[in-house]
Amino acid sequence: MTTEKIKHHLTDELLMAYSAGTLPEAFSLVVATHVSLCDDCRAQLASFDTVGGAVLEECAETAMSAGALEATMARIMQGGPVAKPRKPSGVFPAPLQEYVGGDLGAVKWKPVGMGVRQAILPTSEDASVRLLYIPAGCAVPDHGHRGTELTLVLQGAFLDEDGRFARGDVEVADEELEHTPVADIGEDCICLAATDAPLKFRGLMPRLAQPFLKI
Amino acid sequence: MEKNFLGECDPPRQAMRILNMFEQTKPCEDFASPPVAVRARGVVDRKSGVGSEKLRSNAKARADEWVDHVIRIRDAQDQAAFAELFRHFAPRVKAFLMRSGADASLAEECAQEVMVTLWHKAHMFDPGRASVATWVFTIARNKKIDALRKQKRPEPEDLPWGPEAEPDQEDLLTLQQETSALGQALAELPEKQRNLVERAYFGDLSHSEIAAETGLPLGTIKSRIRLALDRLRHSMK
Repeated sequence: MTTEKIKHHLTDELLMAYSAGTLPEAFSLVVATHVSLCDDCRAQLASFDTVGGAVLEECAETAMSAGALEATMARIMQGGPVAKPRKPSGVFPAPLQEYVGGDLGAVKWKPVGMGVRQAILPTSEDASVRLLYIPAGCAVPDHGHRGTELTLVLQGAFLDEDGRFARGDVEVADEELEHTPVADIGEDCICLAATDAPLKFRGLMPRLAQPFLKI
Repeated sequence: MEKNFLGECDPPRQAMRILNMFEQTKPCEDFASPPVAVRARGVVDRKSGVGSEKLRSNAKARADEWVDHVIRIRDAQDQAAFAELFRHFAPRVKAFLMRSGADASLAEECAQEVMVTLWHKAHMFDPGRASVATWVFTIARNKKIDALRKQKRPEPEDLPWGPEAEPDQEDLLTLQQETSALGQALAELPEKQRNLVERAYFGDLSHSEIAAETGLPLGTIKSRIRLALDRLRHSMK
């Protein structure tokens, strides 16, 4: 379901860390969802996997225990797991659907004020990831970041100081970026946003709302 | 953190130089062209470069052979082929997991599970997209996330397949050659840089440390894998 050409991609550092398996689960979900939509990043990821293969190949060997091969053969003979087919891509690509429990219609939104809705997805606690629903033309409060924040657009578009982000585009924000994303006029905007630290809002009201928003 | 000095002893630049020379070698001319770089380890005569060519063709032949082994498992449940793959990869997977923080008994257990998965998923291995080493790495990595980090691993959607079920034989060769060339390029990186790459994959470097690590030769890795990238893009059209 690739429509517009994706302009904003993941960084090499993120792709490499995803390939190495060292990202927090919340970030991995954004990476897997973006890669499902983006052939460029998919190819780049395949290359980092190839580097991983080369690292493995160069690994000094550690001897397996005596009888390891026989033990492994015995486990093989017990039969393999039954693979369950993945859901076809909708508004949400398959990896995201597995966390939501379905496509867009299955999201359990919670209102957070000013028409904005969110749904926090269950992941490990080293970072968090949520779906955000921002009505067309609506602004998310001006905020800076303490850690890294990834925002992937799934529907509609948003604009901020860095440009326009449409379906498949991902914004990688760190501590230097302070921005005020505004949803584009045409359509309500749905994003998948992951962060490894609470956002810091600049105004008083959003700051009061912050514990409630859990962001 | 490694400082980058300008001038002759600048490791990234040296690596660039080596890799640039390497780039001029087209994969299909691999065996006709003179050896352009020497491997840092003992086997190679550094002065004459003798051995480089042989080493490369050995690595390539072995990569092809592993593909053949996986296909024998897929098509004929060939236990002898599996035993050879096991002897080569299981001790490496075990070492990889121990470097990633597993103790010996957990690493042993997980390495066995990785090899069990290799058997059961042999039908999903696609030699047009990855070498056997790359594929085994992805299985081992997923096992690491599951058993060591106790997290789930969200995986991208598979690409929808075109009408042709089998990848083109020539594409397949190119990919396997590129992969062994990359392995060699990695081995030829200056010690410090190679260490950084390995630490990134073992999980000794967190993702923010990777982002901050200026000595990490992402640029040189990228230039090395450009051909592989082009090939991948081509295969996805």
